[in-house]
Amino acid sequence: MPAPTPRDERVTGARVTASGWGWRHAGRARPAVSGLDLDIRPGERVLVLGPSGAGKSTLMHALAGVLGDDEDGDETGELLIDGIRPRQARGRVGLVLQDPDSQVVLARVGDDVAFGCENLGVPRAEIWPRVTQALDDVGLDLPLRHPTSALSGGQKQRLALAGVLAMRPGLVLLDEPTANLDPDGVVEVRDAVHRSVQASGATLVVIEHRVAVWQDIVDRIIVLDPAGGILADGPTSSVLTAEGARLAAAGVWIPRYPPGRPARRPLAERTGEVLLSAAGLAVGRVPFARRQPVVVAEGIALDVTAGTATAITGPNGAGKSTLALTLAGLLAPAGGHLSATAALTAAGGQPRAAGRGRRRGGVLGADPHVWRSRDLLERIGTVFQDPEHQFLAGSVRDELAIGPRALGLGDAAVADRVDGLLDRLRLEHLADANPFTLSGGEKRRLSVATVLATRPRLLILDEPTFGQDSRTWSELVRLLAELLDTGTAVVAVTHDDHFVDALADERFVLAPSAGPASAGAITTGTIAPASAATPSTAAETGAP
Amino acid sequence: MSMMTPEIRPSAIARVNPVAKLAVALLISCALMLSIDWVSAATALLLEAVLLAWCGLNARQFWLRTAPVWIAAPFGMLTTVLYGQDSGAVLWGAGLVTITEGSVELGLAIGLRVLAIGIPGIVLLATTDPTDLADGLAQVLRLPARFVLGALAGLRLVGMFIDDWHSLALARRARGVGDGGGLRGRAGRFGGLAFALLVLSVRRGSKLATAMEARGFGSDEPRSWARESVFGPRDAVVVAMGLAIAAAAVAAAVLAGTWRFVLA
Repeated sequence: MPAPTPRDERVTGARVTASGWGWRHAGRARPAVSGLDLDIRPGERVLVLGPSGAGKSTLMHALAGVLGDDEDGDETGELLIDGIRPRQARGRVGLVLQDPDSQVVLARVGDDVAFGCENLGVPRAEIWPRVTQALDDVGLDLPLRHPTSALSGGQKQRLALAGVLAMRPGLVLLDEPTANLDPDGVVEVRDAVHRSVQASGATLVVIEHRVAVWQDIVDRIIVLDPAGGILADGPTSSVLTAEGARLAAAGVWIPRYPPGRPARRPLAERTGEVLLSAAGLAVGRVPFARRQPVVVAEGIALDVTAGTATAITGPNGAGKSTLALTLAGLLAPAGGHLSATAALTAAGGQPRAAGRGRRRGGVLGADPHVWRSRDLLERIGTVFQDPEHQFLAGSVRDELAIGPRALGLGDAAVADRVDGLLDRLRLEHLADANPFTLSGGEKRRLSVATVLATRPRLLILDEPTFGQDSRTWSELVRLLAELLDTGTAVVAVTHDDHFVDALADERFVLAPSAGPASAGAITTGTIAPASAATPSTAAETGAP
Repeated sequence: MSMMTPEIRPSAIARVNPVAKLAVALLISCALMLSIDWVSAATALLLEAVLLAWCGLNARQFWLRTAPVWIAAPFGMLTTVLYGQDSGAVLWGAGLVTITEGSVELGLAIGLRVLAIGIPGIVLLATTDPTDLADGLAQVLRLPARFVLGALAGLRLVGMFIDDWHSLALARRARGVGDGGGLRGRAGRFGGLAFALLVLSVRRGSKLATAMEARGFGSDEPRSWARESVFGPRDAVVVAMGLAIAAAAVAAAVLAGTWRFVLA
């Protein structure tokens, strides 16, 4: 075979065949995939769908040859790439995973893209032209020595894709490549994939919940059946027509079947007192080994009202999460005023003893940041973007009990609250499971439940719907709507327009600043309350 | 961030192969650890000072980087002078503290030693990019690529620890268990945080390992190297200079009669 010239990036697409293939992870009773028969022709672009638990990721890992060996599970049937087993076909297959942070291997952009080529033994003279070509294909116009740690999530995913493309694989696998990205990042990555597979002619297999993002660039959809085998297989449009309703019910985002929106009480009926008020507020974080915070946004004026949902939106780096953590009483304001009103400080039980942050007489001060950790519980609850950051216990039940115990509730009262939440959030069957072993949707439900266990007046959520399937999404929206109707205030940082439409009564847009790249400099983030907010009339008039 | 991609200004020393620099630092440290006396350390320090002029580091960078050593050396010296093994004439004494001729000499030897070992080590490593060091270890010293690159990729995760630690601490405050309990409570929370960070790191690590494996890492195929690590004549000269400094230090001490072999 003649050596390909550097600019020639056409490859022969790989063929994937499966006959009666299955895999059971070691220690599990049921196989993750079973009875799979499949034939993907060279150059085809396939979207693989299926409810969570249908074994989509297992199939991807198997195709990439990283599923492990006999110790890691039992294989049945046969899964072949161009007629050989995936483990022997390394280099023919490239895999991009979901988490942008844990795919970057090396510290500089050029070196990271070159990594796969090096592992395949590509001669040095050929590596660098391939690297430049791959970076060009994914639209990453950066110096080769640019530090990978300075990239955004979307850029990191495009970098991972470039690393895969530089290996010139015949089969490109994408395992939820855009689940952790904001809308701009999603489009960036999708377009980069489209351009590059068109240029190379490689076979493409994508797993993703959000059909709308991919349906125009794939030509075939395969739906895996959780019970084994395939539920549907065919051209994109016909599968979506025939299976759309069923897939939507199973949590797949299908454009024609948007998740239902909850009925809401009219705003005038549920809105209550102001709980938290910010004026001229500046927010920022204190960098490691420094004393002064780096301000990311300032001049923020905002009232948080009982029974009202406020969405904080804006581009990456505008300081949305920092603002949320400041409102939550977790970060100290970098300037200006943030005060809790009497309506919020008086929430929950009587303060037990005088201490830090209290005025004499056992009354809580107005600055949430100086409250004791326990005083936050019944007043402000925070749901973090990464649920794993807030898990503390070894089982779901214990996790839910932590908050109520910290409040000093008795055993019976704790058990009462925990059982109620397990039931309400469909976590009963997982009561004894370790929180870290749950699926993405289950982790999200649990992280919300842990906060609800102490019944806070104000709920602050950071990207609550990131990477969630439509089922978890609608459960979450329904739950928040119920809480709003009963007078809880909700503040959510979000990129999700559906979420804003379904819930938000007010929308705050944080304008972009120079972002963390200009660390040390004080940049001004102006805040502009969207005048008419976004009252979702259809949802609101749906109230009885 | 800056740890993995340091801004290294072009300088004579920055162009030297990291393996040569590592060899110099190790040669000098080993020679100076064999004996505790002031002559060998002073000789090494003097020769290093002469060579530092050719390193191409600017003064500000030099003092900033080596500041810890300049603080550690006098402290080491002082404590040895006050509490070190006594011998010879007593110069001053008060209770436990006695200053003798022997302890002064020992203090001087310790102080100079900290400087003579610390300064070249810091200067050499401050002018080295971790990626280049890994390339050198794997290509020049032929250490197994699997370990060298695995360690390099793992090192990148360390930068994330600080952010993770911060998020975990905030999450605990939000969960109502972020304070209280006095000193014991604080120690318990620190342990809990450290364990949570460990769990998180292991999970990150295993994801990274999968990503690396998916890009063909760890197979038995021979690997190529995108960046060539060359060990040239200049690098050999640098190692020879390191060897010369070590030899000169030992020789000077033996000739002066101050050589005190620590293992003897």
